[in-house]
Amino acid sequence: MSDAPRFAPGATVRVKDDWPERRGPCHIRTPHYIRGRTGTVVRPLGAFANPEDLAFARPAPKRTLYHVLFEQEPIWHEGRPGDTVMVEVFEHWLEPHPAAPGAAGIPEEA
Amino acid sequence: MAAPPRPESLALLDRLMAALEAKGVVTEAEIAERQANTDKASPETGARMVARAWTDPAYRALLLSDGKAAAEQMGVSMAGAPPLGVLENTPARHHLVVCTLCSCYPRAVLGYPPGWYKSFAYRSRAVREPRVVLAEWGLNLPDSVEVRVVDSTADYRWMVLPMRPAGTEGWDEARLASIITRDALVGVAVPKVAGPRPAA
Repeated sequence: MSDAPRFAPGATVRVKDDWPERRGPCHIRTPHYIRGRTGTVVRPLGAFANPEDLAFARPAPKRTLYHVLFEQEPIWHEGRPGDTVMVEVFEHWLEPHPAAPGAAGIPEEA
Repeated sequence: MAAPPRPESLALLDRLMAALEAKGVVTEAEIAERQANTDKASPETGARMVARAWTDPAYRALLLSDGKAAAEQMGVSMAGAPPLGVLENTPARHHLVVCTLCSCYPRAVLGYPPGWYKSFAYRSRAVREPRVVLAEWGLNLPDSVEVRVVDSTADYRWMVLPMRPAGTEGWDEARLASIITRDALVGVAVPKVAGPRPAA
């Protein structure tokens, strides 16, 4: 992995819609409720050993961890517009979001 | 209360400890030191940090940029502890911390997590209906305030920096710390001034 974070604060990202749980034993720190969801990078938090390897005592290369912000309402189809949830997500779970209509992220201070 | 440990469990623990020592992973002394630090930690530590941040702008800046360094400045041993992030409440934004995956909690500055923090009910509901949960705690936030749930999913631990309430003008740090509760540092409550407030 490269050392420089791939995503800058403010970048719109999509969490991979991936379910490794269905393929076999694993340890995942990405909650179900944000998989496939679009959010906004708040900031990189540093690089940490990949817990998916650590949990099985495999060599665990460091991966960049981000604080990513999501709007609550699209996730749960309830709640008050403007309320948010901020989650720590590792870089290998994030992909750039194609500039699609209606895909605007939430503005966030740097 | 939990049942006393069974003899075979203790024997297994002894063998595990011996293996860890033999492999150079950790010594018994290191475990004892960590245990002592954990036992010593309590929400009073976090309260002292917040009280100082309320009165000392330079410390507030440090607390928000590097919680671990800010804790160490207050004499807390952070060796081996995960990084500490601090979330600043403002008139426009209220933070609520939860760990939906397990029970990650800033033990170094808040001590052991309370039972409710580890409950399935809190972990599943705080992230989905935070305003309902907050209302049950007696905290009704106006619609103008953004509720930001912080799901502690990975390597950081998170503490809330609440807003200093009105009516505390001129208070010293110790008096300020006395109104900063564990619940306010998790975000299910806000600090309140007890008793009759001075006339506005």
